[in-house]
Amino acid sequence: MAEVVLRNVAKQFGNVKVIKGVDLNIADGEFAVFVGPSGCGKSTLLRLIAGLEDITSGDLLIGGERVNAKTPKERGISMVFQSYALYPHMTVYENMAFGLTLAKSGRQEIDKAVRGAAEILELTPLLDRLPKQLSGGQRQRVAIGRAIVRNPRVFLFDEPLSNLDAALRVQMRIEIAKLHKEMGVTMIYVTHDQVEAMTLADKIVVLNAGNVEQVGPPLELYHHPRNIFVAGFIGSPKMNFIKTKIDAAGPDGLKVGLPGGGEAVARVKGDGASAGDSVILGVRPEHLTTQSEGADTVLKGKVDVLEQLGEAYLLHTRLADGTLVTAKIPGDAAYNEGDDISLGVPNELCHIFRASDEIAFGRIM
Amino acid sequence: MSVAAASASELTRARVRSAWIFLTPMMIVLALVAGWPLIRTIYFAFTDANLSALDNTRFIGLANFLEYYEGEWYGLLVDPDWWNAVWNTIWFTVVSVALETVFGMIVALTLNTAFKGRGYLRAAILIPWAIPTIVSAKMWGWMLHDQFGILNEILMGIGIISQPIAWTASPDTAMWAVIMVDVWKTTPFMALLILAGLQILPTDCYEAAKVDGIHPVRVFFKVTLPLIRPALVVALIFRGLDALRIFDLIYVLTSNSRETMTMSVYARQQLVDFQEVGYGSAASTMLFMIIAVLVVLTLTVGKVRLGEDAK
Ligand SMILES: Nc1ncnc2c1ncn2[C@@H]1O[C@H](COP(=O)(O)OP(=O)(O)OP(=O)(O)O)[C@@H](O)[C@H]1O
Ligand SMILES: [Mg+2]
Repeated sequence: MAEVVLRNVAKQFGNVKVIKGVDLNIADGEFAVFVGPSGCGKSTLLRLIAGLEDITSGDLLIGGERVNAKTPKERGISMVFQSYALYPHMTVYENMAFGLTLAKSGRQEIDKAVRGAAEILELTPLLDRLPKQLSGGQRQRVAIGRAIVRNPRVFLFDEPLSNLDAALRVQMRIEIAKLHKEMGVTMIYVTHDQVEAMTLADKIVVLNAGNVEQVGPPLELYHHPRNIFVAGFIGSPKMNFIKTKIDAAGPDGLKVGLPGGGEAVARVKGDGASAGDSVILGVRPEHLTTQSEGADTVLKGKVDVLEQLGEAYLLHTRLADGTLVTAKIPGDAAYNEGDDISLGVPNELCHIFRASDEIAFGRIM
Repeated sequence: MSVAAASASELTRARVRSAWIFLTPMMIVLALVAGWPLIRTIYFAFTDANLSALDNTRFIGLANFLEYYEGEWYGLLVDPDWWNAVWNTIWFTVVSVALETVFGMIVALTLNTAFKGRGYLRAAILIPWAIPTIVSAKMWGWMLHDQFGILNEILMGIGIISQPIAWTASPDTAMWAVIMVDVWKTTPFMALLILAGLQILPTDCYEAAKVDGIHPVRVFFKVTLPLIRPALVVALIFRGLDALRIFDLIYVLTSNSRETMTMSVYARQQLVDFQEVGYGSAASTMLFMIIAVLVVLTLTVGKVRLGEDAK
């Protein structure tokens, strides 16, 4: 009903190509999250969907209808801005009602819509306040309330939580997830935050320099990144990458050499790979262990920097060839900086990327 | 505690001292060029001073303002010419400032949109304001001239009028001619002040309004206007006070014509043409008091408004 479809959508500012031909299908009621490094075009893509920017080429369909030339209102979208974008001189009530007044709805209907949204967002006691009399989280809720009352087909969020403190972010994140469940409308959400992306999304869209790198459910992106960019972008701390060569290719994986001796047999489909090819071994910090006995393979190194997080600690370990590898180990650290260490590497959790085009070999699951 | 308090007050004292050092030269200059003439004028207002015989001055109390003499009232407060000047001044102020605000707003809104060459246009639009009044008034005087003026030439050429009109001399058109020239001259100033107000508006509100599909006219009245109100009020006060003491433009364009005579022109006429320094000073003093009262009023109203904003 309100699925959003992008067909080869491109956007150019003057001579600068910012969005370079994006194809995307977001199903009705789906929660899609755009992530990517700063300046990759997330906001621009969202603004193209909103109708705040003109699409240079390609088609945008909402609910099966081409809407390139439609105004934001005709597209049936609502947008929540990072800066809240509340009208500073209007009360909470007026802010939420302002977009409705011209629609043919009567005064009572507007009142009902505003009070209903205020109820959902627990804004009822604040309806007569001005934005400057609210806290950041309350302002954000008003901005969301203003979007809700319009009863949109598609909800757009541009980094709505980035101005809030950590505790409030968690709370608002849960509220947004709840809202999505209750309203069941299509939502598109831009964020920098890994956790927001992983927890909220039905589908994550990883953008890089105006291109879509990969689209998929959060865990698929986590477990089966298509290339080095996605592998490095999803997950925190970032995946470790070790340059190496294939020693042998077999049906149950690729055998690669490790710095400082030893070999790992990564459980990937080595189609088209042959011994001697340059590859990159990827392994996530949380998959490394300090139990070297019984581990499939061992990485030897020296602890360079130790960071304590409380629930876990990060061992930044220097390998024999100078590569820095990070391990995330639960609990309190039993190591000091400068200690020699052996890190266990589980074969079935290794990723292998071709060095030439940085594309991953499919993992055997 | 007490040590901290002592050093704080020492710091305050040092600050106050340097503030006085910087302020003193300015205050001396102001006292000489503004304070002294003002006091002299107020003093003369209570005398029968005459320009030809300033030494022979007598104190006559309030007689310049109001005096009962042989069954009749005399003085400034019962002079129909004075009240005509007061009325002219107020009419001129209200109409010209209103027009300047409307046109200034239109110009500012236009200049606030992004287009090529905006910088040049912004500079160009200031030209009428940058020209000294005496020059632009003379220039308009010629353009409005009944025999040689280009305005009559154009209007007759396109057939709107059949006879040349003496714009600045005819009682029907004189005030409007003066208002037109003032609007031409001062609209850029108004536009600049409003533009400054527009430029600090939050842009995201406008995007939100766009997403909500709100009509631009409604956005202007419901969002833009309330948000630039502080800047607009300041601009209105500025222009209003300026217009109340208008002299040069009117004097150059219409001289001592009764139709356009303002309080300042009236005072000058009494003081210089009729050599009645005492009576002219009384008129100047009245003008000063009217403006002073208006300043105090606007400042009080302004404070109340600021207090509301600060809550
Ligand atoms: N109006 C514009 N004119 C020219 N270039 C623009 C314009 N808007 C954005 N860009 C460029 O387009 C690129 C993408 O911008 P965009 O705001 O979409 O990035 P983003 O992914 O949202 O970044 P961030 O995470 O920092 O918000 C940037 O390089 C930016 O400089
Ligand atoms: Mg952005």
